[in-house]
Amino acid sequence: MRVDEHPILKFEKKNIIHFTFNGHDMIGYDGDTIAAALVDNGIMKFSKSVINNRPRGFYCAIGNCDSCNMTVNNIKDVKTCMTLLEEGMKVENELHEVIIND
Amino acid sequence: MIEKDLVVIGGGPAGLSACKIAAEAGMKVAVFERSFALGGQLVKQTHKFFGSESQYAKVRGMEIAKILIKDLEKTDAEIYLNATVVGLYKDNIITVYQNGRYFKVKAKAIVIATGASEKFLAFENNDLPGIYGAGAVQTLMNIHGVLPGKEVVMVGSGNIGLIVSYQLIQAGVKVKALVEAAGKIGGYGVHASKLRRLGVPILINTTVKRAIGKDKLEKIITVKLDQNWNEIAGSEEEIACDALCISVGLSPLHQLLSMAEANMLYVNELGGLVPIKTCDYETSLKGVFAAGDVTGIEEASSAMVEGKIAGLMAAKHSGFIHPEYEKLENQLNSELCVLRQGPCGEKIRCGLKKVGELA
Repeated sequence: MRVDEHPILKFEKKNIIHFTFNGHDMIGYDGDTIAAALVDNGIMKFSKSVINNRPRGFYCAIGNCDSCNMTVNNIKDVKTCMTLLEEGMKVENELHEVIIND
Repeated sequence: MIEKDLVVIGGGPAGLSACKIAAEAGMKVAVFERSFALGGQLVKQTHKFFGSESQYAKVRGMEIAKILIKDLEKTDAEIYLNATVVGLYKDNIITVYQNGRYFKVKAKAIVIATGASEKFLAFENNDLPGIYGAGAVQTLMNIHGVLPGKEVVMVGSGNIGLIVSYQLIQAGVKVKALVEAAGKIGGYGVHASKLRRLGVPILINTTVKRAIGKDKLEKIITVKLDQNWNEIAGSEEEIACDALCISVGLSPLHQLLSMAEANMLYVNELGGLVPIKTCDYETSLKGVFAAGDVTGIEEASSAMVEGKIAGLMAAKHSGFIHPEYEKLENQLNSELCVLRQGPCGEKIRCGLKKVGELA
């Protein structure tokens, strides 16, 4: 979900970037972090707690909390809030869930 | 090993200000920033700042970031982005992690300007997806134009909670309530009034008891608190929301200083563990200076002034005297006094006394 209108900020339409999340095709825009693009695509569960397997969402956005860590292009534990989205990126969390597009 | 006169850790308001002054004093400066962009948290601040002209009052935070970055680019300071400083050692050497590679940098002086992170709040199910730090929500909506949800509840009425609530409304999100555990609003009245005019209920003496939802946030249960901060039985209320923003204060990012065993003190008024500093902003580690939120949570306006002082002093420590040293020293210290005066500055003045910074 993106901002429609804003009294101060202007969000111009930027170039589309294609990426996959857990194997599903998704799009984001130039300048998005991976995390921002995922939230825009309705993804809430980013990772899970180690012991209790509880889902973790996006929390701090400054690279501090580790809740948004995912495997990006086969590299583990990438901070998705600190990493800009790139064309063709393969993003995976470790939850392996099926996403139903509406 | 890379050698520099000055290493600045953190590219926010304090770090950038330190870089500029030190470069003006003739130092070869390198700044290390773990994000992909400079500016720290200024880049998402759409509100206009207070203070005086020298701290860019009446200018929006994001515009201040642009000014600071432009100023820095005029110097020959070297900028390392996506570069996390993972080690600080007593002989003024740091280890940096950047693009899958570790390397070391040695410097005559180091300025720590790592800033702060948001505090968390303990309640049942506080880890449900949909519960965000208020600053994270600000990043999402003001930088990326992405909304965290449709209906939000804000926890905490400090300036961040008040400002982000207002910005959520500007971005088209419904703010269903702002809850505050204390008996009064923490931030400036001018920010709270804006929210009241827009019909946002500000619930004081109230906190979040529980979050409810299957895999993601669906609603919260609030509870009233008595004067001793105990829950009042039977005062629970349910608020449906798909996002909850936690804005219960910030905590200094002290880890590098603690790792190097600098003398630290826990000061509640300053937000947590802070380094003990001399009046020259030097920590107990020789040649290691600190400025901005890492030395105590304050506004970005103060962080900029502190950064300048730290840059000035770090330069002097290494034998680089800024051409306007005396003028700047007096001017900057009096700017800080002005920023910290009055009832709003009481908490910070009290905290700074505990670390011996204010007589």
